[in-house]
Amino acid sequence: MYTTREASAIVRAGGIVLASILLFAGLSTVVLLFHAEGGAGGALFDAYLFGVARFTLLQASLSTVLSVALAIPVARALARRRHFPGRNWIVRLSALPLGLPALVATLGIIEVWGRRGIVNQALATLGLDNPVSVYGLAGILIAHVFFNLPLAARLLMAGLERIPPEYWLTSANLGMGSGAAFRLIEWPVMRGLLPGIAGLVFMLCATSFTIVLTLGGGPAATTIEVAIYQALRFDFDPPRAVILSVLQIALTGTLLYFMRLLGTPAEEAPTAGRAIRRFDGKRGRLSDGLVILAFTLFTAAPLLAVVAAGFASDLPRLAFDPLLHRALATSLAIALASATLCLAVAMPAIAIAPLAAADRAPAPLRYLAGTLQATSSLILLVPPVVVATGWFLMLRTFGEVGRFAPYVVVVINALMALPFVIRVLEPAYRTHIARTGRLAVSLGVTGLHRLRWIDLPALKRPLLTAFAFAMALSLGDLGAVAIFGADGVVTLPWLLFSRMGSYRTADAAGIALLLGILCLLLTLPSTASGKNARDDA
Amino acid sequence: MPDHSNPEAGAPAIRLYEATVQFEQKRLVFSCEIPTGACVAVTGPSGSGKSTLFNVIAGFQPIGSGTVEIFGKDMAGREPAERPVSIIFQENNLFAHLSVEQNVGLGIDPSLRLGAPERRRVEHALTRVGLEGYGGRKPALLSGGERQRVALARAFVRSRPILLLDEPFAALDPAMRADMAELLRELGTETGSTLLFITHQLEDVRRLADSAMFIDGGTIALMEPIGSFLAHREMPALANFLGIDR
Repeated sequence: MYTTREASAIVRAGGIVLASILLFAGLSTVVLLFHAEGGAGGALFDAYLFGVARFTLLQASLSTVLSVALAIPVARALARRRHFPGRNWIVRLSALPLGLPALVATLGIIEVWGRRGIVNQALATLGLDNPVSVYGLAGILIAHVFFNLPLAARLLMAGLERIPPEYWLTSANLGMGSGAAFRLIEWPVMRGLLPGIAGLVFMLCATSFTIVLTLGGGPAATTIEVAIYQALRFDFDPPRAVILSVLQIALTGTLLYFMRLLGTPAEEAPTAGRAIRRFDGKRGRLSDGLVILAFTLFTAAPLLAVVAAGFASDLPRLAFDPLLHRALATSLAIALASATLCLAVAMPAIAIAPLAAADRAPAPLRYLAGTLQATSSLILLVPPVVVATGWFLMLRTFGEVGRFAPYVVVVINALMALPFVIRVLEPAYRTHIARTGRLAVSLGVTGLHRLRWIDLPALKRPLLTAFAFAMALSLGDLGAVAIFGADGVVTLPWLLFSRMGSYRTADAAGIALLLGILCLLLTLPSTASGKNARDDA
Repeated sequence: MPDHSNPEAGAPAIRLYEATVQFEQKRLVFSCEIPTGACVAVTGPSGSGKSTLFNVIAGFQPIGSGTVEIFGKDMAGREPAERPVSIIFQENNLFAHLSVEQNVGLGIDPSLRLGAPERRRVEHALTRVGLEGYGGRKPALLSGGERQRVALARAFVRSRPILLLDEPFAALDPAMRADMAELLRELGTETGSTLLFITHQLEDVRRLADSAMFIDGGTIALMEPIGSFLAHREMPALANFLGIDR
């Protein structure tokens, strides 16, 4: 419910936002496509390109299969063992990887699974001298499973917890065994969720940049995104970068199309009703316990390794390192700017939705709202590395590219956070406007007064959550900065990346600890929001 | 009817002796005797412990002290499925992804391996509740009343001598309530089952019950034959319940 004046202000703001996003992302895509046509056409059938595309799909498929297949027993065990010691902490632990920058997690995984890590040392004591190599496909899979197994397990568990509590009472009353309960109750629910979850995980793994950059590399283990980076930064071969970018857009476009068909899994647990009580846990206590234990170890070990390695590094010296200070300041400035921009862009896109949903909303308004909605997820179609590549090629003609880097990175980071920010804010705003809209209009509290006295105070929490999340995403991002080379801009992840590359591992561990703590603190409210967010709704 | 319980001659269907449940905030103590074949309405304010009483009888809720006897047998340590009890809730009695036939079939074999004779029993039970030919449908395509009748058909094929109904009518409109009550009475008489049902509606009490209990503050405050129950005037909480509905 808005006044006419407010409505037209929102529509205007929405139009501006739409035009800006389309201009920013669209311009770079158009540049890429133009270059592609003028570029080396024969290279399209290059064996190299084929190899890269094949590896991208191969690692994404394997990562998806592993993550999802392992998530099934984990989710089942956690859903069934409602009184497992520390269960709440384990569920919370499984939310942490989502908030962790990929680079920090990778460092933790190298600490655990690397040549001198715990796993290989344990294998060596057992007399096996053929260590697990964390570089190449195996490492990429471990890292992807580290991120996506907890995600898939949480989504499956949410599904299991949406099963009406009466089902468990009825099944106990009827005397279903644990096998029958799985076949007749749990599996049908999971089966319905699996395509959506698998689609999501596949998408995340197919567009994964940082993990493949650090653990892969080399022609045998390179994804399209990393290949773009290598083409630009190492070989300076823009035509190849362009063809790879087009390939990437085609891939993500296809994936998004299929994901639309599969639907997105929801992470909402039941809202009300009976407490869930399960009676099918008499057997399988040992195997469930082992599954939960293994999952906990796998997820916690890299996190603990980051902390341990961080404290083992020379923190006092690092604390007075001017380079680190500059990187921290740069990162924070970029993160603040991009989070602010992200929210500024998100607000009109969200505010326009109730207008367009009204009964007699004119068609153009509905189109505007619909396009805005789709455009806000454009970054999923054209990944950050690709947008950055487009701008890199475009800005090259204006001289030293590094000068523009901070601005482009700010905008790209803001676009990266946009789909998530809208997902956090939209339901909150919808509830808020349904609750206060008529009242505010009837009292005449409108325009900026309404924004100041009604909207902002009521939406403070979701806004802060969204802002913090956008900041964390920007703080942890390596992709956009990497493309621009960052001679002038050194962000924390970039500093960490170069320290890891130059084998100054002690420094790297200290920086990773700092970056990890920053990001986890910022994402804590959004990942732990399960209950808090619903209190507001 | 297959006999699950070996009822001892003369033993009441259900006998609770100070069956005690301790929650964080409150303590519930149940004592009562319910004769075989009775049809008991269970009433009382929200949160007074009606569902907990059912959970105690059905074996979902372990008791701290006291005893639960069914047909003279102590139920301590018996799994819900090992008790001669079927239970039906207000909703979600049917597994939404299974067909009506499968849902009823679960009452014969909980791992759902059904041969031709079992299918015939299912079809017969469906016919008995007036849902002949509905076996292939999914619960989502049925009305609320039809879904409850499927649950009843399942209880029918299980033929446990005690049937607990936790607000079975609450989600139904008045016409369906009357049909469902009629069906319950018929099945009760036919199988000789002992019926307990929770309700908030005085109408249901009058229509179906031969005796009624009133639960208040975690104990069974009153249990009497229907006539004297309805005429009861001394208990303010009960008078409140009886009065508001009039």
